[in-house]
Amino acid sequence: MSRKVVDARGSFCPGPLMELISNMKSAEVGDELEILSTDQGSANEIPECGVWHVVVKKTK
Amino acid sequence: MRILIIGGGMGGTILANNLARRLKGELRSGKARITMLSASDKHAYLPGLLYVAVGRMTPDELYRDQASLLEPGIDFHVDPAEEFMLDDNKVKAKSGKTYDYDVLVIATGSRMMPDSIPGLAENAEFFYTEETAVKMFKRLQNFEGGKVVITVGVPHKCPMAPLEITFMLNDYFKERGIRDKVDLHYTYPIGRVHSLENVAKWAAPEFEREGITYETLFNMKEVDGDKNVIRSEEGSETEYDLLIAIPAHKGMEVIEKNGLGQNGWIPTDRHRLNMEGRDNVFVLGDTTNLPISKAGSTAHFEAEALGENIAAMIKLGAPVRDYDGKVFCFIQAGSEKATYAMFNYNQPPSPKPPTRGVHWFKLAYNKLYWVSARGLL
Repeated sequence: MSRKVVDARGSFCPGPLMELISNMKSAEVGDELEILSTDQGSANEIPECGVWHVVVKKTK
Repeated sequence: MRILIIGGGMGGTILANNLARRLKGELRSGKARITMLSASDKHAYLPGLLYVAVGRMTPDELYRDQASLLEPGIDFHVDPAEEFMLDDNKVKAKSGKTYDYDVLVIATGSRMMPDSIPGLAENAEFFYTEETAVKMFKRLQNFEGGKVVITVGVPHKCPMAPLEITFMLNDYFKERGIRDKVDLHYTYPIGRVHSLENVAKWAAPEFEREGITYETLFNMKEVDGDKNVIRSEEGSETEYDLLIAIPAHKGMEVIEKNGLGQNGWIPTDRHRLNMEGRDNVFVLGDTTNLPISKAGSTAHFEAEALGENIAAMIKLGAPVRDYDGKVFCFIQAGSEKATYAMFNYNQPPSPKPPTRGVHWFKLAYNKLYWVSARGLL
Protein backbone atom coordinates (compact mmCIF):
# COMPACT_ATOMS: atom_id res chain seq x y z
CA MET A 1 0.00 0.00 0.00
CA SER A 2 1.28 3.42 -0.84
CA ARG A 3 0.23 6.98 -1.48
CA LYS A 4 0.82 8.46 -4.90
CA VAL A 5 0.52 12.16 -5.64
CA VAL A 6 -1.26 12.94 -8.92
CA ASP A 7 -0.43 16.50 -9.90
CA ALA A 8 -3.48 17.63 -11.88
CA ARG A 9 -2.96 21.34 -11.25
CA GLY A 10 -3.71 23.38 -14.34
CA SER A 11 -5.48 20.46 -15.98
CA PHE A 12 -8.60 21.51 -17.87
CA CYS A 13 -8.59 18.65 -20.32
CA PRO A 14 -8.63 15.78 -19.46
CA GLY A 15 -9.04 17.28 -15.97
CA PRO A 16 -8.47 16.05 -12.41
CA LEU A 17 -11.23 13.44 -12.36
CA MET A 18 -10.03 11.79 -15.57
CA GLU A 19 -6.48 11.84 -14.16
CA LEU A 20 -7.82 10.16 -11.02
CA ILE A 21 -9.55 7.42 -13.04
CA SER A 22 -6.40 6.77 -15.11
CA ASN A 23 -4.28 6.44 -12.00
CA MET A 24 -6.88 4.46 -10.07
CA LYS A 25 -6.77 1.71 -12.69
CA SER A 26 -3.09 1.01 -12.15
CA ALA A 27 -3.29 1.40 -8.34
CA GLU A 28 -3.39 -1.59 -5.96
CA VAL A 29 -6.30 -2.14 -3.58
CA GLY A 30 -5.52 -0.15 -0.44
CA ASP A 31 -3.41 2.45 -2.25
CA GLU A 32 -4.15 6.11 -1.69
CA LEU A 33 -4.08 8.70 -4.43
CA GLU A 34 -3.61 12.34 -3.54
CA ILE A 35 -4.96 14.56 -6.31
CA LEU A 36 -3.68 18.13 -6.52
CA SER A 37 -6.26 20.25 -8.31
CA THR A 38 -6.81 23.86 -9.28
CA ASP A 39 -10.05 22.94 -11.05
CA GLN A 40 -12.82 25.50 -11.05
CA GLY A 41 -15.30 22.80 -10.02
CA SER A 42 -13.50 22.50 -6.69
CA ALA A 43 -13.26 26.27 -6.42
CA ASN A 44 -17.02 26.62 -6.60
CA GLU A 45 -17.43 24.59 -3.47
CA ILE A 46 -14.53 26.01 -1.50
CA PRO A 47 -14.53 29.82 -1.43
CA GLU A 48 -10.77 30.36 -1.52
CA CYS A 49 -8.61 30.00 -4.57
CA GLY A 50 -5.65 27.70 -4.30
CA VAL A 51 -4.68 24.07 -4.59
CA TRP A 52 -6.95 21.30 -3.30
CA HIS A 53 -5.50 18.08 -2.00
CA VAL A 54 -8.09 15.31 -2.37
CA VAL A 55 -7.10 11.89 -1.06
CA VAL A 56 -8.90 8.86 -2.48
CA LYS A 57 -8.38 5.26 -1.34
CA LYS A 58 -8.94 2.27 -3.64
CA THR A 59 -11.04 -0.24 -1.70
CA LYS A 60 -12.04 -2.80 -4.30
CA MET B 1 26.21 19.20 -29.20
CA ARG B 2 24.70 15.88 -30.32
CA ILE B 3 20.90 16.00 -30.20
CA LEU B 4 19.18 12.62 -30.47
CA ILE B 5 15.41 12.56 -31.09
CA ILE B 6 13.57 9.28 -30.55
CA GLY B 7 10.30 9.22 -32.51
CA GLY B 8 9.27 10.56 -35.91
CA GLY B 9 5.73 11.57 -35.01
CA MET B 10 4.35 15.07 -34.74
CA GLY B 11 6.44 16.18 -31.73
CA GLY B 12 9.76 14.72 -32.87
CA THR B 13 9.39 15.93 -36.45
CA ILE B 14 8.39 19.51 -35.57
CA LEU B 15 11.21 19.70 -33.03
CA ALA B 16 13.84 18.36 -35.46
CA ASN B 17 12.82 20.85 -38.17
CA ASN B 18 12.55 23.74 -35.72
CA LEU B 19 16.05 22.99 -34.41
CA ALA B 20 17.54 22.47 -37.86
CA ARG B 21 16.38 25.94 -38.83
CA ARG B 22 17.55 27.59 -35.61
CA LEU B 23 20.92 25.80 -35.74
CA LYS B 24 21.67 26.09 -39.45
CA GLY B 25 25.12 27.56 -38.86
CA GLU B 26 25.97 25.13 -36.06
CA LEU B 27 24.93 22.15 -38.20
CA ARG B 28 27.08 23.39 -41.07
CA SER B 29 30.13 23.96 -38.88
CA GLY B 30 29.70 20.63 -37.09
CA LYS B 31 29.09 22.30 -33.74
CA ALA B 32 25.66 20.65 -33.56
CA ARG B 33 24.26 17.42 -34.93
CA ILE B 34 20.61 16.28 -35.05
CA THR B 35 19.85 12.57 -35.30
CA MET B 36 16.34 11.12 -35.43
CA LEU B 37 15.41 7.47 -34.88
CA SER B 38 11.95 6.32 -35.91
CA ALA B 39 10.13 3.01 -36.12
CA SER B 40 8.87 3.81 -39.63
CA ASP B 41 9.97 5.47 -42.88
CA LYS B 42 6.43 6.93 -43.12
CA HIS B 43 4.85 9.81 -41.23
CA ALA B 44 1.17 9.42 -40.44
CA TYR B 45 -1.41 12.17 -39.91
CA LEU B 46 -3.36 10.35 -37.22
CA PRO B 47 -6.31 12.80 -36.85
CA GLY B 48 -7.30 11.74 -40.37
CA LEU B 49 -8.29 8.29 -39.11
CA LEU B 50 -11.56 9.70 -37.75
CA TYR B 51 -12.47 10.68 -41.31
CA VAL B 52 -11.34 7.33 -42.75
CA ALA B 53 -13.72 5.55 -40.36
CA VAL B 54 -16.72 7.35 -41.84
CA GLY B 55 -15.52 7.33 -45.46
CA ARG B 56 -14.45 10.97 -45.73
CA MET B 57 -10.73 10.35 -46.26
CA THR B 58 -8.77 7.43 -47.69
CA PRO B 59 -5.70 5.92 -45.99
CA ASP B 60 -3.23 7.04 -48.67
CA GLU B 61 -4.04 10.67 -47.81
CA LEU B 62 -2.64 10.15 -44.31
CA TYR B 63 0.98 9.37 -45.16
CA ARG B 64 4.15 11.05 -46.40
CA ASP B 65 7.73 9.77 -46.53
CA GLN B 66 9.29 10.87 -43.26
CA ALA B 67 12.58 11.80 -44.96
CA SER B 68 10.72 14.18 -47.30
CA LEU B 69 9.41 16.17 -44.31
CA LEU B 70 12.79 16.70 -42.67
CA GLU B 71 15.12 19.66 -43.20
CA PRO B 72 18.41 18.83 -44.93
CA GLY B 73 21.09 18.13 -42.35
CA ILE B 74 18.93 15.98 -40.09
CA ASP B 75 20.42 12.53 -39.81
CA PHE B 76 17.39 10.20 -40.07
CA HIS B 77 17.38 6.46 -39.43
CA VAL B 78 14.58 3.91 -39.43
CA ASP B 79 15.95 2.18 -36.38
CA PRO B 80 13.65 2.07 -33.35
CA ALA B 81 15.22 2.61 -29.93
CA GLU B 82 15.37 -0.45 -27.70
CA GLU B 83 17.62 0.30 -24.77
CA PHE B 84 18.01 3.63 -22.98
CA MET B 85 21.32 3.96 -21.08
CA LEU B 86 20.67 7.37 -19.58
CA ASP B 87 23.61 7.30 -17.16
CA ASP B 88 25.97 6.80 -20.11
CA ASN B 89 24.14 9.13 -22.54
CA LYS B 90 23.58 6.32 -25.02
CA VAL B 91 20.62 4.70 -26.78
CA LYS B 92 20.86 1.27 -28.36
CA ALA B 93 18.58 0.68 -31.34
CA LYS B 94 17.11 -2.37 -33.05
CA SER B 95 19.95 -2.59 -35.60
CA GLY B 96 22.37 -3.11 -32.73
CA LYS B 97 23.91 0.31 -33.29
CA THR B 98 24.49 2.55 -30.26
CA TYR B 99 23.81 6.27 -30.57
CA ASP B 100 25.59 8.73 -28.24
CA TYR B 101 24.04 12.04 -27.32
CA ASP B 102 24.46 15.20 -25.29
CA VAL B 103 20.72 15.97 -25.39
CA LEU B 104 18.07 13.27 -25.73
CA VAL B 105 14.43 13.88 -26.65
CA ILE B 106 11.91 11.06 -26.24
CA ALA B 107 8.72 11.39 -28.32
CA THR B 108 7.58 7.84 -28.92
CA GLY B 109 3.84 8.46 -28.56
CA SER B 110 1.06 6.21 -27.30
CA ARG B 111 -1.08 3.27 -28.41
CA MET B 112 -4.60 2.08 -27.73
CA MET B 113 -4.98 -0.90 -25.41
CA PRO B 114 -8.29 -2.61 -26.26
CA ASP B 115 -7.03 -5.76 -24.50
CA SER B 116 -7.21 -3.93 -21.17
CA ILE B 117 -10.98 -4.63 -21.02
CA PRO B 118 -12.20 -8.24 -21.30
CA GLY B 119 -14.11 -8.78 -24.54
CA LEU B 120 -13.48 -5.32 -25.94
CA ALA B 121 -10.88 -6.14 -28.63
CA GLU B 122 -13.03 -8.92 -30.13
CA ASN B 123 -16.37 -7.13 -30.05
CA ALA B 124 -15.84 -3.43 -30.66
CA GLU B 125 -14.81 -1.25 -33.60
CA PHE B 126 -11.94 1.25 -33.25
CA PHE B 127 -10.42 4.01 -35.37
CA TYR B 128 -6.98 4.58 -33.83
CA THR B 129 -5.03 2.65 -36.48
CA GLU B 130 -5.40 2.47 -40.26
CA GLU B 131 -6.40 -1.18 -40.10
CA THR B 132 -9.11 -0.67 -37.46
CA ALA B 133 -10.45 2.53 -39.07
CA VAL B 134 -10.88 0.76 -42.43
CA LYS B 135 -12.51 -2.20 -40.68
CA MET B 136 -14.90 0.17 -38.89
CA PHE B 137 -15.78 1.87 -42.17
CA LYS B 138 -16.65 -1.47 -43.77
CA ARG B 139 -18.73 -2.45 -40.75
CA LEU B 140 -20.61 0.86 -40.92
CA GLN B 141 -21.28 0.41 -44.64
CA ASN B 142 -22.99 -2.91 -43.89
CA PHE B 143 -24.90 -1.64 -40.87
CA GLU B 144 -28.59 -1.23 -41.59
CA GLY B 145 -29.91 -0.21 -38.16
CA GLY B 146 -29.90 -0.99 -34.46
CA LYS B 147 -28.29 0.34 -31.33
CA VAL B 148 -24.86 1.93 -31.64
CA VAL B 149 -23.04 2.41 -28.34
CA ILE B 150 -19.97 4.63 -27.96
CA THR B 151 -17.76 3.74 -25.01
CA VAL B 152 -14.70 5.56 -23.69
CA GLY B 153 -11.64 4.47 -21.68
CA VAL B 154 -9.05 6.74 -20.03
CA PRO B 155 -6.54 8.05 -20.71
CA HIS B 156 -7.08 8.28 -24.45
CA LYS B 157 -5.45 10.08 -27.33
CA CYS B 158 -7.45 13.10 -28.57
CA PRO B 159 -9.97 14.08 -25.87
CA MET B 160 -12.36 15.38 -28.53
CA ALA B 161 -12.56 11.99 -30.30
CA PRO B 162 -15.55 10.62 -28.30
CA LEU B 163 -17.75 13.60 -29.19
CA GLU B 164 -16.41 13.88 -32.72
CA ILE B 165 -17.09 10.26 -33.66
CA THR B 166 -20.58 10.51 -32.16
CA PHE B 167 -21.51 13.60 -34.17
CA MET B 168 -19.84 12.16 -37.29
CA LEU B 169 -21.84 8.94 -36.91
CA ASN B 170 -25.04 10.93 -36.41
CA ASP B 171 -24.47 12.69 -39.74
CA TYR B 172 -23.19 9.53 -41.44
CA PHE B 173 -26.45 7.69 -40.67
CA LYS B 174 -28.52 10.74 -41.69
CA GLU B 175 -26.70 10.91 -45.02
CA ARG B 176 -27.39 7.23 -45.61
CA GLY B 177 -31.05 7.87 -44.81
CA ILE B 178 -31.17 5.34 -41.98
CA ARG B 179 -30.85 7.64 -38.95
CA ASP B 180 -34.42 6.74 -37.90
CA LYS B 181 -33.38 3.08 -37.73
CA VAL B 182 -30.38 3.80 -35.48
CA ASP B 183 -30.30 4.43 -31.74
CA LEU B 184 -27.13 6.34 -30.92
CA HIS B 185 -26.08 5.93 -27.30
CA TYR B 186 -23.05 7.74 -25.88
CA THR B 187 -21.31 6.86 -22.63
CA TYR B 188 -18.59 8.78 -20.78
CA PRO B 189 -16.44 8.04 -17.70
CA ILE B 190 -17.17 11.15 -15.59
CA GLY B 191 -20.35 12.91 -14.50
CA ARG B 192 -20.84 15.01 -17.65
CA VAL B 193 -20.56 14.31 -21.39
CA HIS B 194 -17.06 15.78 -21.78
CA SER B 195 -14.11 16.55 -19.52
CA LEU B 196 -14.20 20.23 -20.51
CA GLU B 197 -17.12 21.76 -18.67
CA ASN B 198 -17.91 24.32 -21.36
CA VAL B 199 -17.79 21.68 -24.07
CA ALA B 200 -20.08 19.43 -22.01
CA LYS B 201 -22.54 22.32 -21.58
CA TRP B 202 -22.71 22.74 -25.34
CA ALA B 203 -22.71 19.03 -26.26
CA ALA B 204 -25.43 17.72 -23.89
CA PRO B 205 -28.27 19.86 -25.33
CA GLU B 206 -26.93 19.14 -28.82
CA PHE B 207 -27.26 15.41 -28.08
CA GLU B 208 -30.83 15.94 -26.90
CA ARG B 209 -31.68 17.95 -30.01
CA GLU B 210 -30.24 15.22 -32.25
CA GLY B 211 -31.91 12.38 -30.36
CA ILE B 212 -28.62 10.95 -29.08
CA THR B 213 -29.05 9.33 -25.67
CA TYR B 214 -26.22 9.36 -23.14
CA GLU B 215 -25.09 7.88 -19.87
CA THR B 216 -22.40 9.51 -17.74
CA LEU B 217 -20.24 7.86 -15.05
CA PHE B 218 -19.82 4.82 -17.26
CA ASN B 219 -16.38 3.19 -16.98
CA MET B 220 -15.98 0.04 -19.08
CA LYS B 221 -15.57 -3.15 -17.10
CA GLU B 222 -16.26 -5.93 -19.60
CA VAL B 223 -17.93 -6.73 -22.88
CA ASP B 224 -20.05 -9.86 -23.28
CA GLY B 225 -19.97 -10.64 -26.99
CA ASP B 226 -22.46 -13.52 -26.72
CA LYS B 227 -25.16 -11.32 -25.24
CA ASN B 228 -24.05 -8.09 -26.96
CA VAL B 229 -23.84 -6.31 -23.64
CA ILE B 230 -21.26 -3.92 -22.20
CA ARG B 231 -21.03 -3.57 -18.41
CA SER B 232 -19.60 -0.69 -16.40
CA GLU B 233 -17.58 -0.52 -13.19
CA GLU B 234 -20.50 1.45 -11.79
CA GLY B 235 -22.77 -1.61 -12.10
CA SER B 236 -24.88 -0.64 -15.11
CA GLU B 237 -25.06 -2.42 -18.44
CA THR B 238 -26.23 -1.58 -21.91
CA GLU B 239 -26.98 -3.70 -24.96
CA TYR B 240 -25.52 -2.89 -28.36
CA ASP B 241 -25.73 -3.99 -31.95
CA LEU B 242 -22.59 -2.06 -32.87
CA LEU B 243 -20.02 -1.09 -30.26
CA ILE B 244 -17.63 1.78 -31.04
CA ALA B 245 -14.81 2.14 -28.53
CA ILE B 246 -12.21 4.73 -27.66
CA PRO B 247 -9.99 2.40 -25.63
CA ALA B 248 -7.67 3.43 -22.82
CA HIS B 249 -4.15 4.19 -24.04
CA LYS B 250 -0.65 3.48 -22.80
CA GLY B 251 2.74 4.86 -23.76
CA MET B 252 5.00 2.65 -25.87
CA GLU B 253 6.24 -0.66 -24.56
CA VAL B 254 9.90 0.34 -24.88
CA ILE B 255 9.35 3.09 -22.29
CA GLU B 256 7.93 0.67 -19.72
CA LYS B 257 10.52 -2.01 -20.50
CA ASN B 258 13.31 0.47 -19.79
CA GLY B 259 11.68 1.52 -16.53
CA LEU B 260 11.30 5.12 -17.69
CA GLY B 261 7.68 5.51 -16.57
CA GLN B 262 4.65 3.55 -15.36
CA ASN B 263 2.28 2.65 -18.20
CA GLY B 264 4.77 4.16 -20.63
CA TRP B 265 4.28 7.76 -19.44
CA ILE B 266 7.54 9.45 -18.44
CA PRO B 267 7.48 11.77 -15.39
CA THR B 268 8.14 15.17 -16.95
CA ASP B 269 8.63 18.72 -15.69
CA ARG B 270 5.54 20.63 -16.82
CA HIS B 271 7.44 23.81 -17.78
CA ARG B 272 10.93 22.73 -18.88
CA LEU B 273 9.77 19.38 -20.32
CA ASN B 274 12.84 17.57 -18.98
CA MET B 275 12.43 14.07 -17.62
CA GLU B 276 12.30 14.34 -13.84
CA GLY B 277 15.79 13.93 -12.40
CA ARG B 278 17.50 14.32 -15.78
CA ASP B 279 18.73 17.68 -17.10
CA ASN B 280 19.63 16.48 -20.60
CA VAL B 281 16.63 14.25 -21.33
CA PHE B 282 13.42 15.85 -22.61
CA VAL B 283 9.98 14.40 -23.30
CA LEU B 284 7.37 15.48 -25.85
CA GLY B 285 3.72 14.80 -26.66
CA ASP B 286 1.79 11.75 -25.55
CA THR B 287 4.90 10.29 -23.87
CA THR B 288 4.82 12.74 -20.92
CA ASN B 289 2.85 12.09 -17.75
CA LEU B 290 1.55 15.68 -17.80
CA PRO B 291 -2.17 16.13 -16.99
CA ILE B 292 -2.93 17.74 -20.34
CA SER B 293 -4.51 16.50 -23.56
CA LYS B 294 -2.77 13.71 -25.43
CA ALA B 295 -3.14 15.50 -28.74
CA GLY B 296 -1.03 16.52 -31.72
CA SER B 297 -1.30 20.18 -30.86
CA THR B 298 0.15 19.53 -27.40
CA ALA B 299 3.18 17.88 -29.02
CA HIS B 300 3.36 20.75 -31.52
CA PHE B 301 3.42 23.55 -28.94
CA GLU B 302 5.76 21.63 -26.65
CA ALA B 303 8.13 21.06 -29.58
CA GLU B 304 8.20 24.79 -30.36
CA ALA B 305 9.05 25.70 -26.76
CA LEU B 306 11.66 22.95 -26.53
CA GLY B 307 13.21 23.89 -29.89
CA GLU B 308 13.69 27.44 -28.70
CA ASN B 309 15.16 26.23 -25.42
CA ILE B 310 17.60 23.68 -26.84
CA ALA B 311 18.84 26.23 -29.38
CA ALA B 312 19.22 28.79 -26.59
CA MET B 313 21.12 26.28 -24.47
CA ILE B 314 23.64 26.00 -27.32
CA LYS B 315 23.78 29.69 -28.15
CA LEU B 316 23.23 31.34 -24.74
CA GLY B 317 24.01 28.56 -22.31
CA ALA B 318 20.53 28.41 -20.77
CA PRO B 319 16.89 27.81 -21.73
CA VAL B 320 14.80 30.91 -22.36
CA ARG B 321 11.16 30.03 -21.84
CA ASP B 322 8.68 27.75 -20.12
CA TYR B 323 6.05 25.66 -21.89
CA ASP B 324 2.77 27.18 -20.69
CA GLY B 325 0.54 24.14 -21.23
CA LYS B 326 -0.92 25.43 -24.51
CA VAL B 327 -3.30 23.10 -26.33
CA PHE B 328 -5.52 23.83 -29.35
CA CYS B 329 -8.10 21.23 -30.34
CA PHE B 330 -10.52 21.36 -33.22
CA ILE B 331 -13.90 19.82 -32.40
CA GLN B 332 -15.61 18.33 -35.45
CA ALA B 333 -19.31 18.69 -34.53
CA GLY B 334 -20.73 16.61 -37.35
CA SER B 335 -19.81 16.38 -41.01
CA GLU B 336 -20.49 20.06 -41.79
CA LYS B 337 -19.58 22.14 -38.74
CA ALA B 338 -16.81 22.46 -36.19
CA THR B 339 -15.49 24.57 -33.35
CA TYR B 340 -12.29 24.58 -31.29
CA ALA B 341 -10.98 24.75 -27.75
CA MET B 342 -7.79 26.57 -26.80
CA PHE B 343 -6.37 26.56 -23.28
CA ASN B 344 -3.21 26.38 -21.19
CA TYR B 345 -2.29 25.65 -17.56
CA ASN B 346 -3.90 28.91 -16.42
CA GLN B 347 -6.61 29.76 -18.96
CA PRO B 348 -9.66 27.50 -19.31
CA PRO B 349 -11.13 27.17 -22.80
CA SER B 350 -14.38 28.83 -23.80
CA PRO B 351 -15.42 27.18 -27.07
CA LYS B 352 -17.83 29.05 -29.34
CA PRO B 353 -20.83 27.43 -31.04
CA PRO B 354 -19.75 25.31 -34.06
CA THR B 355 -19.73 26.95 -37.49
CA ARG B 356 -19.19 25.95 -41.10
CA GLY B 357 -16.22 28.33 -41.24
CA VAL B 358 -14.26 26.44 -38.58
CA HIS B 359 -15.21 23.17 -40.30
CA TRP B 360 -13.68 24.39 -43.55
CA PHE B 361 -10.60 25.53 -41.66
CA LYS B 362 -10.29 22.08 -40.09
CA LEU B 363 -10.52 20.46 -43.54
CA ALA B 364 -7.86 22.88 -44.76
CA TYR B 365 -5.71 21.99 -41.74
CA ASN B 366 -5.94 18.32 -42.69
CA LYS B 367 -3.80 19.37 -45.68
CA LEU B 368 -1.88 22.18 -43.98
CA TYR B 369 -0.65 19.66 -41.44
CA TRP B 370 2.21 18.80 -43.77
CA VAL B 371 3.40 22.40 -43.55
CA SER B 372 3.06 22.19 -39.79
CA ALA B 373 5.15 19.00 -39.61
CA ARG B 374 7.90 20.81 -41.52
CA GLY B 375 7.92 23.32 -38.68
CA LEU B 376 6.62 26.18 -40.84
CA LEU B 377 3.13 26.73 -39.36
